[in-house]
Amino acid sequence: MELHAENENKVIIKPPITSIGIIGWMRENLFSTPFNTILTIIIVSVLWISIIPFVKWALINSSWLPDANCRGTGGACWSIISSNYKIILFGFYPQDILWRPVTAIVMLVSLLFISRNRNFWNAFLGYSWLISLMIMGLLLKGGVFGLEPVDIEKWGGIILTLLLSVFGLTAAYPLGIILALGRQSEMPVIKTFCIFYIELIRGVPLISLLFMSSVVFPLFLPEGVSINGILRAQVAIIMFTAAYIAEVVRGGLQGMNKGQFEAADSIGLNYVQTMRLIILPQALKIVIPPSVSVLISAFKDTSLVVIIGLYDLLKTTQTTLSEPKWMGFSAEAYIFIALIYFVCCFFMSTYSRKLEDELNTDLE
Amino acid sequence: MNKETSKKVDISSEDIVIQIVNMHKWFGDFHVLKNINLDVKKRERIVVCGPSGSGKSTLIRCINRLEEHQKGQIIVDGIELTKDLKNIEKVRSEVGMVFQHFNLFPHLTIVENLTIGPIWVRKTPKKEAEEIAMYYLEKVQIAEQAAKFPGQLSGGQQQRVAIARSLCMKPNIMLFDEATSALDPEMVKEVLDVMISLAQDGMTMVVVTHEMGFAKSVAHRVLFMDEGEIIEENSPDEFFNNPQNDRTKLFLSQILY
Ligand SMILES: Nc1ncnc2c1ncn2[C@@H]1O[C@H](COP(=O)(O)OP(=O)(O)OP(=O)(O)O)[C@@H](O)[C@H]1O
Ligand SMILES: [Mg+2]
Repeated sequence: MELHAENENKVIIKPPITSIGIIGWMRENLFSTPFNTILTIIIVSVLWISIIPFVKWALINSSWLPDANCRGTGGACWSIISSNYKIILFGFYPQDILWRPVTAIVMLVSLLFISRNRNFWNAFLGYSWLISLMIMGLLLKGGVFGLEPVDIEKWGGIILTLLLSVFGLTAAYPLGIILALGRQSEMPVIKTFCIFYIELIRGVPLISLLFMSSVVFPLFLPEGVSINGILRAQVAIIMFTAAYIAEVVRGGLQGMNKGQFEAADSIGLNYVQTMRLIILPQALKIVIPPSVSVLISAFKDTSLVVIIGLYDLLKTTQTTLSEPKWMGFSAEAYIFIALIYFVCCFFMSTYSRKLEDELNTDLE
Repeated sequence: MNKETSKKVDISSEDIVIQIVNMHKWFGDFHVLKNINLDVKKRERIVVCGPSGSGKSTLIRCINRLEEHQKGQIIVDGIELTKDLKNIEKVRSEVGMVFQHFNLFPHLTIVENLTIGPIWVRKTPKKEAEEIAMYYLEKVQIAEQAAKFPGQLSGGQQQRVAIARSLCMKPNIMLFDEATSALDPEMVKEVLDVMISLAQDGMTMVVVTHEMGFAKSVAHRVLFMDEGEIIEENSPDEFFNNPQNDRTKLFLSQILY
């Protein structure tokens, strides 16, 4: 009754302090049962033991400035990065014109970010990609508009890694789809070829394909003809990744309900239309998670090109480490490139989850 | 729905739109369809019934070549069905088909489900295709759902969308394969009503159904199939009141009581 009278300034009854806020959360999640309490204590102590020395090493005792003397500090020597980042990131690309690859990479990353949003997917974005790719190529290669020419053999570091993976993945994906469709084909020649190709490629490691492309393949070329080493590695990566994508996509195709094919047939759509408009959009959606796994591991596998003497991110880092001044600081260098790889892979996997959510049409 | 008015739509011309001559079909060694002969005239409505596994679905799926026959002839709208893909696509675009399980495209909205045929097969401009789609959605009384996805509709609504999707191709012939069998009982009527109104508009229809009420009031002819053969063919009155064949009698006694 009294509450009723005090209607203007409502009486707000707060929940007991122990059930909300940080204390409430900890009670509920960390100490809810004796077993949970023990787990919490163990985990916290393990973290304590491992994190404290890491923080000391990485942040407190570390040296950051270029050319600092790291030896004997007991901390991390990030100077190896600040002194050598140009070599690590760009290999032997001439250091006075690094603005060119930097511009190209900024363009690429911005386009990738814009393309994340499906609302921007239109013809204009397609043309922007085409034109930007040409500009990036010109920037890197030079030789026109007074840009000093740079030999492709000198492209290294992150330029090479991005080049191999962006082109590798974008070419391998459609090729993989075609192989998957071919494997389901009713034409025996096409079907046999696709099965043979897929099984053959999946039966050998990428390294052996890279060796084939760099050592064996040139033997078959006519005298005087030579194909650039990067291009050969690129082709090997595309061929390799496509076979794996093909199998993933085949799984999606097999998961499709027969009724979808029949409905498409019964309104008179032809094979290409049926695949493009009805089947692939659904099948590819189902296989987003495994496709992204394949793409992520293909991205990381580009680092295998070191073995055929290409200077990708991993190789440029090793080059730096082989200098006497920086010997022994491999942990720092590898943490740095691991971070770069992680950021790229994380981008792919968050994007794939976003795409899955957007394409999810069976609400309810 | 009044029996007399529905039957008043006369078979005005004698044009035969579906002609099946001595047709056989095998699944491997299994002889599913045996010597089928059937003429369907323009505006005629045929109900096909028979026990499960008798080949009803296979028969009507042969009419738009979802199944291939191995012997005999099937001529639809003057086009003989052979391996010729162009002819098959032509026939399919003239013949609408409604499936037991709707088979809507789940990744497309309702209106996109309806426009995809006109746009890609008929090359209708998008705007016009959308107008056609809305017209048929009105007709099946579901226009307000146009922007939704199939997964958000009830079974009865999905089946009406599926009918509208076929109608958007302006077909000459509609095939129904147990269009109401997968529906909850309270949704059967809304779909049958749409089929009845199609009948009143003079659509040529071949309907596989267990809805004997529909057969009685709408069909011009009822076919009874068993073990891959058409064993009885009659007007609905004769068929239900005076069946000739013993197997028909048995079937009717099981289904009616
Ligand atoms: N793709 C196929 N391969 C092999 N046999 C099949 C295939 N499709 C159907 N059959 C067989 O052909 C026979 C006829 O099948 P059909 O689907 O035409 O029967 P139905 O009369 O439609 O039966 P229902 O009332 O159960 O739908 C059945 O025995 C079935 O098992
Ligand atoms: Mg059937």
